[in-house]
Amino acid sequence: MTMLDGPNKFIVDNGSGEAKPNNAPIQTSIYASHKKIYPKEAHGTFRNIKWAVTAITLGIYYMLPWIRWHRGPGLPDQAFLLDFANQRLLFGPIEIWAQEFYYVTGALVLSALCLFLVTAIAGRMWCGYACPQTVWTDLMIAVERFWQGDRNARLRLDQNGWSFEKLWKKTATHISWVLIALATGGALVFYFRDAPTLAVELATGTAPPVAYVFLGIFTLTTYLLGGIAREQVCIYMCPWPRIQGAMLDRDSLFISYRDVRGEPRGSHKRDESWEGRGDCIDCKACVAVCPTGIDIRNGAQLECIQCALCIDACNEIMDRIGRPRELIAYTTAANLECATKGPRDGWRIVRPRTILYSILITAIGGLMLWSLLNRADTQVSVAPDRNPLFVLLSDGGLRNGYTVKIANKLQSTRHFRIAISGLPGARLQFIEFDNQDPVMDVAPAEVRAVKFFVSLNPSARKEIKGESTPMTITVTDIADGKSTSRSTTFSGPVP
Amino acid sequence: MVSQKRIDEVTGTETTGHVWDGDLMELNKPLPRWWLHVFYACIAWAFGYWLVYPAWPTLTDYTKGFLGHSQRSAVAKDVAMAKAAQDQYRAAIAKTPIADIKKNPELFEFARDGGAAIFGDNCAPCHGRGAQGAVGYPNLNDDDWLWGGDLENIQTTITHGIRSGDPKTRDTAMPRFGLDKILEPAQIRDVANYVRSLSHLNVDAAAASRGAAIFADNCAACHGPDGKGNTDIGAPNLTDAIWLYGSSQEAVMRSIETGRGGMMPAWTGRLDPVSIEMVALYVHSLGGGKPEPEKTAPAEAPK
Repeated sequence: MTMLDGPNKFIVDNGSGEAKPNNAPIQTSIYASHKKIYPKEAHGTFRNIKWAVTAITLGIYYMLPWIRWHRGPGLPDQAFLLDFANQRLLFGPIEIWAQEFYYVTGALVLSALCLFLVTAIAGRMWCGYACPQTVWTDLMIAVERFWQGDRNARLRLDQNGWSFEKLWKKTATHISWVLIALATGGALVFYFRDAPTLAVELATGTAPPVAYVFLGIFTLTTYLLGGIAREQVCIYMCPWPRIQGAMLDRDSLFISYRDVRGEPRGSHKRDESWEGRGDCIDCKACVAVCPTGIDIRNGAQLECIQCALCIDACNEIMDRIGRPRELIAYTTAANLECATKGPRDGWRIVRPRTILYSILITAIGGLMLWSLLNRADTQVSVAPDRNPLFVLLSDGGLRNGYTVKIANKLQSTRHFRIAISGLPGARLQFIEFDNQDPVMDVAPAEVRAVKFFVSLNPSARKEIKGESTPMTITVTDIADGKSTSRSTTFSGPVP
Repeated sequence: MVSQKRIDEVTGTETTGHVWDGDLMELNKPLPRWWLHVFYACIAWAFGYWLVYPAWPTLTDYTKGFLGHSQRSAVAKDVAMAKAAQDQYRAAIAKTPIADIKKNPELFEFARDGGAAIFGDNCAPCHGRGAQGAVGYPNLNDDDWLWGGDLENIQTTITHGIRSGDPKTRDTAMPRFGLDKILEPAQIRDVANYVRSLSHLNVDAAAASRGAAIFADNCAACHGPDGKGNTDIGAPNLTDAIWLYGSSQEAVMRSIETGRGGMMPAWTGRLDPVSIEMVALYVHSLGGGKPEPEKTAPAEAPK
């Protein structure tokens, strides 16, 4: 079973074009030099699905900031805007303030749970199809293939010395990568500032420096991670492959070579009998197309992002030699164990794990939707003075101080009044106003803090019992009469 | 050197030799070369840091670095920037009469917030973080003021202090009736009873009635015939519920014996006039501030 090449020897691609897995068992030294992978183009169902997903995700990514949404004066007409400058996030009709960041937390929790659910049912679908690293790497490989040809042509180009042909092909490839990276970084900054405005600013050199800095950062990282590092990101940098073990169980889909059908493998000549041998003809088409350069026939591996290209590659070969498809297929561990003929007999989607994830997703999604629909357009918070808790007045009365913060979430100036209840004989006194019942203006999308005092004269003080008396502070919008109440306490000395 | 390489049977790869749970082992796989190079690059980066930033102590000093960076100068720059940002407000406060600052909400807010910070740095050690005071240190939240609680008076008190030695300081001294043998201990006990009776505390009625005459002879000159005090000379109101040194019989007797005479430093010279104005506005806004004398207070109908 061991395949040792002797100590400290690495498998080197000898240029014959024969594909070998790049994670073959070896004796190790402290480091291994990066072996470049030359993925061959695959054709088939899954390749087409991947192209479609790439087109859709990139389309959304590039188009989203340009969708307009009329919001009225003084607000950007961008449907999707992360407006850090004004500490708010705009999603169509929804406006999320910094103090409502829990909606973002909820969205992240929801995303995580959806990821768990998909993984429990269908394995690393995210990695194989939708992950930005996968999508952009796919794009970069397609560009590379466009300029330099498919696997064998690229191998030859890299093994031969420098020539004019090699120079212009490499140059064209890298220039294309940089342009894609630039477009990627360019698209991202539009999420943070009104897109048409920023586009003009960027072109004329008047955009804020931070926009150029981030554009540069994302350009560099896209070029490095998508163009150069590629599968190294998945294998060495990303934590997700390590978490798979906890996410998958016996009934989760994963891509596997079905050795029951494939072994014993070996080359096969035309018209030879298929009796007493497996369907695998050891053509290594599955290794050649693999973007992480592994051999799927070695079983489940950390490096496998489950992009299903080996399924396409193998199916193509099976069609050509007249054997049934799905020698490599989406299957489950349970299915491999019972070694049935079909790849997915009795695939159990409904099981405790998926039920739990679904319930959580429904509950959290429902909760978020409910709270979004019932969002108040006024937020009131009350903070009683704590130092001192109460003040004894010269006539023997008592006084407490309160700070009320009124947040106006509407886009118009509103007028509020403050009243208290539950404290008979109390008198209000505002710091900023001379009258006892002032009208407070709160500007659009602003929070105003109002400090006021509540006093009891000696006779009213006799009516309260104990150190702490519950009371209610009510803030009323005088335009529509809607009010928001907050409970607080009136403090006094120990009787 | 490892004498014997441990090879994992399944993969044929060397393991680290650690075993968990009897059968769980870690494969000893090589690092990617670029990973190692990134590590070396980080080490090289550190050398760059040593050159451009302050890094190494020498016998008497430290290496300054080519960038000339220092945290002290960075802080100084930030402080200067903050000060510059405040300048327009401070200039406006300097120009505006203190009583009119409240009419400009933005300026008033700046003065109050700044005043709160200055108060915390300079006044809180005696008056408390919330200006709640202590025995012998006035509570600045309440409505009882020895020298008047309108803005002008508060500003004057902060500027020149009380018994502070400043040429314009507010300075009166209550006689030391006990220490200087002006009154007998029995008389002091009686007059203390009388004074406490003025604010409806439980007293020995006989002693209090004896104390009334002593009060009229010795105390009424400053505290007024009815004991209501006089803010022009810092004489406390003896009829209210607030007692700077406590309202017990012992505390009041001690006040009469020693005359107390608390002291507050003058802040002129330590704080600039604008800062003093800001603190005065802050203290006045704590709830006990009195309206300016020229205005009349709105009459409150007690419920």
